[in-house]
Amino acid sequence: MNHDTLCILWFGIMGVLLIGYAILDGFDLGVGILHPFVPRSDEDRRVFINAIGPLWDGNEVWLVTFGGALFAMFPEAYATLFSGFYTAFMALLFCLILRAVSMEFRGKFGAGAWRRVWDTTFFLGSAGVPLLFGVAAGTIMKGIPLDERGEYAGALLDQITPYSLLVGFMTVSLFAMHGSIFLYLKTEGDLQKRVHRYVWRTFGLFLVLYLITTMFTLVEVPAAVENFKQFQWLWIVPVLNVLAIANIPRALFQGRPFYAFISSSCSIAAFVFLFAAALFPNMVRAADPAAEGLTIYHAASSSKTLTIGLMMVLFGMPCVLAYTLAIYWTFRGKVKLGDHSY
Amino acid sequence: MDVVLLSRLQFALTVMFHYLYPPLTIGMGVVLVYLGARYIRTGDPLYRIAQQFWTRIFALNFAIGVASGIVMEFQFGTNWSAYSRFVGDVFGSALAAEGIFAFFLESGFLAVLVFGWDRVGPKMHFFSTCMVALGSIFSSVWIVVANSWQQTPAGHEVVPMMRDGQPWIVNGEVVMRAQITNFWEVVFNPSTVNRLSHVLIGCFIMGSFFILSISAYYILKKQHVEFAKRSFRGALIFATIASLAALFSGHFQAKTVYQTQPAKLAAFEGHFETGRGDLSVFGLPDVQSQTIKGDVAIPGGLSFLLFENFSQSVEGLDKFRKEDRPPVMLPFASYRLMIGLGMFFIAVTLLASFLAWRGTLFDKRWLMWVFVIAVLGAVAANQAGWVAAEVGRQPWVVHPPVHWNDDGSLVVDPDTGKVAYDETQGLRTVDAVSPVISGEQTLGSIIMFGLIYSLLFLVWIIVLNHKIHKGPDPIPLARGSGRAKDVMDTAARRPGHGDSLTDTWMMQEADDES
Repeated sequence: MNHDTLCILWFGIMGVLLIGYAILDGFDLGVGILHPFVPRSDEDRRVFINAIGPLWDGNEVWLVTFGGALFAMFPEAYATLFSGFYTAFMALLFCLILRAVSMEFRGKFGAGAWRRVWDTTFFLGSAGVPLLFGVAAGTIMKGIPLDERGEYAGALLDQITPYSLLVGFMTVSLFAMHGSIFLYLKTEGDLQKRVHRYVWRTFGLFLVLYLITTMFTLVEVPAAVENFKQFQWLWIVPVLNVLAIANIPRALFQGRPFYAFISSSCSIAAFVFLFAAALFPNMVRAADPAAEGLTIYHAASSSKTLTIGLMMVLFGMPCVLAYTLAIYWTFRGKVKLGDHSY
Repeated sequence: MDVVLLSRLQFALTVMFHYLYPPLTIGMGVVLVYLGARYIRTGDPLYRIAQQFWTRIFALNFAIGVASGIVMEFQFGTNWSAYSRFVGDVFGSALAAEGIFAFFLESGFLAVLVFGWDRVGPKMHFFSTCMVALGSIFSSVWIVVANSWQQTPAGHEVVPMMRDGQPWIVNGEVVMRAQITNFWEVVFNPSTVNRLSHVLIGCFIMGSFFILSISAYYILKKQHVEFAKRSFRGALIFATIASLAALFSGHFQAKTVYQTQPAKLAAFEGHFETGRGDLSVFGLPDVQSQTIKGDVAIPGGLSFLLFENFSQSVEGLDKFRKEDRPPVMLPFASYRLMIGLGMFFIAVTLLASFLAWRGTLFDKRWLMWVFVIAVLGAVAANQAGWVAAEVGRQPWVVHPPVHWNDDGSLVVDPDTGKVAYDETQGLRTVDAVSPVISGEQTLGSIIMFGLIYSLLFLVWIIVLNHKIHKGPDPIPLARGSGRAKDVMDTAARRPGHGDSLTDTWMMQEADDES
C-alpha cells in the first residue's frame, strides 16, 4: 500500500477508536453529570455509581489506546496538540483522576458532609471531561495558529471562544442524555420514573444546543463544509445523524429504551465522523485560511510504522471487541446494591 | 522558571508514583497463577480462598496503576513534544503494541478474574488468571523495550523528514527524526534482554515481599494463621529465587552498561579517572575535586567485576567532555541503595528459608516484623534502580552510540582526548522539551499532580487497610469437598451488580454463611 492510502486508513482507525471511547466513556460520564440532579436518597446515588462501577475502567482503556496510536502513527499531530493544549490536557487528567478517586472515596465513611464533598467532585470531574473535549474539538474545528515548524503559536485564552464553549456544552448535554438512557436501562421503580423525566429534559437541552451549534458552525466555520461540497455523498452522514436523533424520542414513546440507547450511540458516532470529515485532510487545521495546516500526510509516521501498526490492529482489534462484548454481557440487567458496593 | 527542570521533576514525580503499582501487579500476577494452578490440581479450598483474597488486592493496585498510567502516556506529548516528534516513529510502535495487546488483555480478563468466580468454571477462571498475568508482563515488555531503545538505540536510522518529496527545512535547518528500519532490532536492541529480565525480577521481588509483609502481619496478630503461613511459605520460595537472580542479572546488566553507556557506569561507581577500577563501598562523591570523600573501597573490585581481572583499566568520567557527563551524586547514591537492599533481601530470605527448613520460622517474631517492614525496602530498591538508570543516562534522552578500540579503550577525538559523540544520533534532554509551554504552566501542573496523587495514595492506603483488616474468607468446614460445591453452585449463582471493581466478595460470603 502506498503512503497516502496508509495515512487515510489510519485516520479512519483513529476515528473508530475515538468513536469507541466517546460511546463507552460517554455514558459513564453522563451518569456522573446527572448524579447530583436525579437521585433523592443516598441509595439512589449508590445505584448510579454502581451502574458504571465495573465498566468505567475498561472504557478508559479506549482513550489510552487512542493516545498511544496517535503518538505512534501521527507523532507530529500528537506533539502539536498535546503541548499546544497543555493546560487543557492537565485539566483533563485532573478530572479523570478526580472522578475515579471520588467514586472509591465516597462510600468509605458514613453519610453527611463527607459524601456531599465527594458527590460534588464526582460531578465536576464527570462534567469537566466532555466540556474539555468539546472545547478542544470546537477550537480544532475553527483552526489554531501554527508556526512554521507546526508548533502551536497562540495564547492560552485563544482556545476559549464562544464557539468552542458552545461545542463544549453541547458535548456535555449529549453525554448527559446518553447517560440518562443508559440509567433508564439500569434502574427500576420510582428511580426509573425520575430518570425517565431527565431523559426528556436532557434530550430537550441537547436538541436546542445541537440546533444552535449547527447554525453557528455553518455561519462561523465555512471551512467545515468544504469537504461536503466536494464529496456530495458525505451529506448522508448528517442526514443519518438527524434520523438517529429523531429516533430517540420515537423509541422512548414505544417503550423500547434499548433502541434509544443504540440511537444515541449512533448519533455520537455520527458527530465524531462529521468532525473527522470536516477536518480531512487536516489533522490540525491552521487558523489562517491561507496557511497550510498539519495534514495527515505530513503528520504521519513512515510507511513501515503505519504498516506494522496496521498488522497489530488487524490482530488485536477483533480480540478487543470480543472482550468488550463479553464484559457487557456479563454485567447486563438491573443494578442491585449489596453490602460491599460503592 | 526553567521548563526543562520543572518538566523533569514532573516526570520523576508522576513516574515514581505510577511505578509503585505495576511491579505489584506483575509480581502478584505470578502468585495468582501459582495459587490457581494448585487449586486445580489439589482441589484444596484454602488455595481458592487465598487466590480470592489476593485478587481483591491485585484489583485495587491495578485500578490505581491504570489511573496514573494515563498521565505517563499524555506527558510525552504535553511536556516532551520535541522528543515525541523525534522518536514517535520508533517509540510509538512499542507504545501502541502495549495499548492494543497488553492493556486490553489485562482489563478484559481482569473482569473475569475479579467478577467471574461463579460465572465461569475453575479452568476458565485459571485461564483468565494466566491471561491477566501475561498481559501485565506484556505491558512491562513494551515499555522496557521503548526505554531500552532510548539507552541503546538500534533498528532505526536518523533521516530528514520529507515534505512533498523534499527534505523539510525550517529556519535553514533540515528537520530530522528517527525512523524504524527493522522492528525486531528495535525490540531486541542491545540492552533489552538484560534490562527486561532485571526489571521483571525487581517486580517479582516487590510482589513477593508485599505478600510476605501482609502474611507476616497476620502471623504476628494470630489471625487467619493457616492461610497466612501457606501464603508466606509460597512467597518465600519465590522471593528467595528472585533475590538471588537479581544479583546475577544485575551483574550482567552492569557489564552491558559499561559497553554501551560507559559514562553512566562511571557515574554509578564514582569512577572519575580512567585506570584501575576500585569498588567503593561507602563514600560521598565530590565532583569539584573529582574524588570520593570518606572512601572505603575494594582495590580493583570494579575491574574484577567487569573483566574478572583486578588491574585492568576502566574508562572514567575524564574521558567525557563536561557537557556530556551525567550527574554523579544521585546515580552513585541510588545505585548503592539498590545493591545494598538487594544484599539485604538475599540475607533475609536465605535466613528465613533456613529457619523454615528447621521448622522454627514462625516462632521468630522479630523476623516476622522484619518482613512486615521489608516491603518498603523492595519499593525503594525498585525506585532507586530506575533513578540510577534514568539520571545516569543524562544529559541525553536518546543516548548516542559509543565506539571502542580493540584494546578495550574508548575511541576518542585525537585533539581533545575526549569522546566525541555523534550529536545527530542522539537527543539531549534540554532539546527534548516542548518549546511552547511555560514555566508557570508546568509549575501549576506539578502542584496539581502533587495534590491529586496525595489523595489517590490516601485512598489506596485506606482501602488496602480495610481489606487487610477484613482478611480472607473463612475456610469452609468440609475441607476437600470444595470442587464439587463450586461446580454445583456455579449454575445457581450470577454475579451481583452491586460490586465495585475492588469489592467483590459479597456473593461468596453470603453463600458461606448459609
